[in-house]
Amino acid sequence: MESTLGVRARGLVKKYGDVVALDGIDLDVPRGTVLALLGPNGAGKTTTVRILTTLLRADSGTAEVAGVDVRRDPAGVRRNIGLSGQYAAVDEYLTGFENLVMIGRLYHLGKKRSEERARELLADFRLDEAADRPTRTYSGGMRRRLDLAGALVADAPVLFLDEPTTGLDPRGRTDMWDVIRSLVARGTTLLLTTQYLEEADLLADDIVVIDKGRIIAHGTADELKAEVGGVRLEVVARDEARLGDVERALADVGSGVPRVDRDTRTVAVPVDTGVQALTAAVRLLDDQGVALDDVGLRRPTLDDVFLSLTGHAAEKATEKEDAR
Amino acid sequence: MSTRTAVSDAYVVAWRNIVKIKRVPDLLVFTTLSPIMFVLLFAYVFGGAIGQGGNAQEYREFLMAGIFTQTVIFGATITGAALAEDLKKGVIDRFRSLPMAPSAVLTGRTVADVANNVIVLVVMSLTGLLVGWRIRSSVLEALGAYALLLVFAYAISWIMAWVGMLVPSPEVVNNASFVIIFPLTFIAVTFVPLDTLPGPLQTIAEWNPVSSAAQASRELFGNIPAGTPDPTSWPLQHAALYTLAWSVVILAVFVPLANAQYRRSTSR
Repeated sequence: MESTLGVRARGLVKKYGDVVALDGIDLDVPRGTVLALLGPNGAGKTTTVRILTTLLRADSGTAEVAGVDVRRDPAGVRRNIGLSGQYAAVDEYLTGFENLVMIGRLYHLGKKRSEERARELLADFRLDEAADRPTRTYSGGMRRRLDLAGALVADAPVLFLDEPTTGLDPRGRTDMWDVIRSLVARGTTLLLTTQYLEEADLLADDIVVIDKGRIIAHGTADELKAEVGGVRLEVVARDEARLGDVERALADVGSGVPRVDRDTRTVAVPVDTGVQALTAAVRLLDDQGVALDDVGLRRPTLDDVFLSLTGHAAEKATEKEDAR
Repeated sequence: MSTRTAVSDAYVVAWRNIVKIKRVPDLLVFTTLSPIMFVLLFAYVFGGAIGQGGNAQEYREFLMAGIFTQTVIFGATITGAALAEDLKKGVIDRFRSLPMAPSAVLTGRTVADVANNVIVLVVMSLTGLLVGWRIRSSVLEALGAYALLLVFAYAISWIMAWVGMLVPSPEVVNNASFVIIFPLTFIAVTFVPLDTLPGPLQTIAEWNPVSSAAQASRELFGNIPAGTPDPTSWPLQHAALYTLAWSVVILAVFVPLANAQYRRSTSR
């Protein structure tokens, strides 16, 4: 069992006074796969990562990382992990090179090997030109890359990335995704937390959705989308007065009960037959002379997943929440 | 975790902190300019005004051990603010996730304070020599004075290490150390002779280890003004011993406390 799992957690509970941060978290991350822990701020993502990386002790529950028990042998776990935290934990007065050499030496790679490894990583992460500048001169994206490089110094088999793209601009984010994808291609076991739904969709084999310290859904992106329902037909009427006609037409062609949103003059219905349902609906409405602003098939996004699972939309990261 | 690992890890962390002395503008000023300023201010402002019996030169020499003592104690506070900063920035999280000796972060930090204080003492001594301070004892005794100051300050560093792991922000460390350390260094024989203090403060000053540190180094530098009555209280009669005893007790209490706190700390 241990040999095939990079991370295994059972019933993790963590309380801070009366506040329950984690309320029974189970996780399985098979070796060489990527698990995204998806949830809004305060869902318990960082607490989970901290327990798995030995920074925090769970009140109850067990966890193994790379087959090593986090409570019984924290030092053994630390030899097998790389952690890149939510806030780029680089020393801003050291150069990029010095930061990585320090980390290498603290992984006990030896001075020479630490220096070689630092140069390699700086080149891999396109930081070689900035290598000998103090990192306070780096952009946010460069610091994140350096922080991630720090997590890779020892080529640890299990990697934890806590919100690797929070606070990055779109360019920085796509850069970071490329880097993470290349890691995954090398077979690293990765547990990644994110509050960006598309990030989980894009990078992870498996997604665990958590909210208020509980797992509320688990599966691949496709499975989660299927859970919310398949394809929907959406029609936007030009005239609010005709919404009733639209609703009746969609009830005929759809496979479920249409939902009407008066504010946006939108009617939506789940459909099994895709394009056939769409053409049938358009014909029906055209015959009745109902003018339409828009009509189309929609596939559910992970945003829909979150909404249907929690009853509230996933919070978008805001700069205010990031600043601490 | 072997002792060798613990030592080499502490060395790596100390190196990181020492590199920062020359890179962080605040630290550089704190380490080089402010000691010069202190010596000059005390020598010319107080030295001129409070010259005992008109002997400004003697008081100036008397003052030096006090300025040394106060400055190395403030040097020890770098640990508190620096650790609080590391905690806030997530650097401590990173250290704690590495397979390094857990003791190395605090040891490396406090040892860096010693390095900082060595620089401070050299700068202050040179400035002092320029304005007329003289060591009127032997080289060995003078080295003893420096060593005693460094040991005492090192013990204070460990109190600050504990504080730094406990408080919510670096600013709090700075404010707290200011509020606590200023009175501690002034209600003592650092800058004024004991008999000039009002009664109750005299008693505090007699038992204050800052007094004994200043008194001991003053004696070892040979800077006790001629005709000064011998101290009447036990701590000041055995100033070096009393200072060392305090240092040992502080270390015995705060090294374990600070390390326990370190193992529990995560960034906030």
